[in-house]
Amino acid sequence: MPVLLELVGVRAGYGGGDILQGVDLNIDEGSLTCIVGPNGAGKSTVLRVISGLLRPSMGTVRFRGESLAGRSPRAILARGIVQVPQERSLFPTMSVWENVRLGAFSVRDRRLVERRLATVCEMFPIVAERRREPAASLSGGQQKLVEFARALMLEPALLILDEPSMGLDPKTRTLVFNTVKGMNQSGRTLLLVEQNARSGLGIASHGVVMESGRVRLEGPGIDVLNNPEVARLYLGATA
Amino acid sequence: MSLLEIDNLSKRFGGVVAVDECSIAVPAGSITGLIGPNGSGKTTVFNMVTGFIPKDTGTVSFKSKPIDGLGPDRIYQLGIGRTFQLARIFPRLTALENMLVPVRRKGLRALFSRADWSDERVRAMEMLEFLDIAQVANTVGGALSYGQRKLLELGAVLMAEPELVLLDEPAGGVNPALLEKIGEHIRRLNSRGITFLVVEHNMSFVMNLCTEVVVLHRGRAIASGKPDSVRQEPAVLDAYLGA
Repeated sequence: MPVLLELVGVRAGYGGGDILQGVDLNIDEGSLTCIVGPNGAGKSTVLRVISGLLRPSMGTVRFRGESLAGRSPRAILARGIVQVPQERSLFPTMSVWENVRLGAFSVRDRRLVERRLATVCEMFPIVAERRREPAASLSGGQQKLVEFARALMLEPALLILDEPSMGLDPKTRTLVFNTVKGMNQSGRTLLLVEQNARSGLGIASHGVVMESGRVRLEGPGIDVLNNPEVARLYLGATA
Repeated sequence: MSLLEIDNLSKRFGGVVAVDECSIAVPAGSITGLIGPNGSGKTTVFNMVTGFIPKDTGTVSFKSKPIDGLGPDRIYQLGIGRTFQLARIFPRLTALENMLVPVRRKGLRALFSRADWSDERVRAMEMLEFLDIAQVANTVGGALSYGQRKLLELGAVLMAEPELVLLDEPAGGVNPALLEKIGEHIRRLNSRGITFLVVEHNMSFVMNLCTEVVVLHRGRAIASGKPDSVRQEPAVLDAYLGA
């Protein structure tokens, strides 16, 4: 598989020293990569660097061989890298329908937008069912699904999900993981960060363990999941 | 005896009935789990109990005295602490300062006075160490990661040692290995007499931790009892856990 995205020696932080201490990471085309690790390890920071929300102080990020250095988040989005953030990101007073349409704000072809809208409504029935209601009237889990739908409106080359299962009830969580897996099986490249580590690694083709701003260990998702040291340090005995 | 008694509580938002004649009893000394699908009204119940939003009808009693109609500050002073699904901390105070704000019921004024804080500081640092965030004690809240904020908020609430603690998804965004330690800590506090009401979707966490479980569905309590019996009820399987 060709490499879609490549991080080499990336260091980055928020002013008080580097959170990322030199991250090397390859995302293969068509892969489903899951990053796990302790709170504060730098997982979300990696995602912010990829999306251009945070400039690395050192190192490079390459997408399809092209350096993303100095590119704005908007320019990175235009290349097909779309991120669904950890915190809620729908516009609360706008309707569900308007929120989802906004996902395709940069697409000029109206018929294309309508076609994609029909596709995401099929994947996420809630979008059609609640389309006129303000996003804020949906529960946390429902809002997460609408965020997915919005992200898919751009048919991203790389879809980044920061803890997609957080705050979701067990049934919805299963639906979300199945949906993530399904998107990958239909060819989409995905990168996710998950504290629901067993479920995340369970569907991942590539598992990555981060600690203290570095990649500590990586390999096929199932190998990382079954690594006894990883289980002891990061996965807990039962969760 | 019930420490917290929620009786026939209802709340509408426009056309949506969020909480529908809901009754829940939280026994003193219990760790009671409040579970249910997204949108079933769990957080709305929390918000009404802690005075963040007014109820439409029904009553809430704490230690057999009605508390509905009181503001959040008053309810906090009576001994009910809570965390939020999306952690609320002071972004410009350091993690350590965040821990000291709730310590005395007198609160903020004492923080900025010359009162002797050495004991509380030691206690706060111990708590930060326990939660694996001691290394950011002097970092401002706004610079912490999502999970770290969540842990900080939990630590700050526990610093106040309330009689009843409401936790809104303590496991969300928290590393599983650390979560086990948090569970142990909750159990330890519980054995010292603190009662917990916990909203959580992580079922292994709930089933291992809680002594009682209440299931909400469409704003109503549809089941309650010991974790083992509740999880086998068909209505619960259907509404929440899935087959």
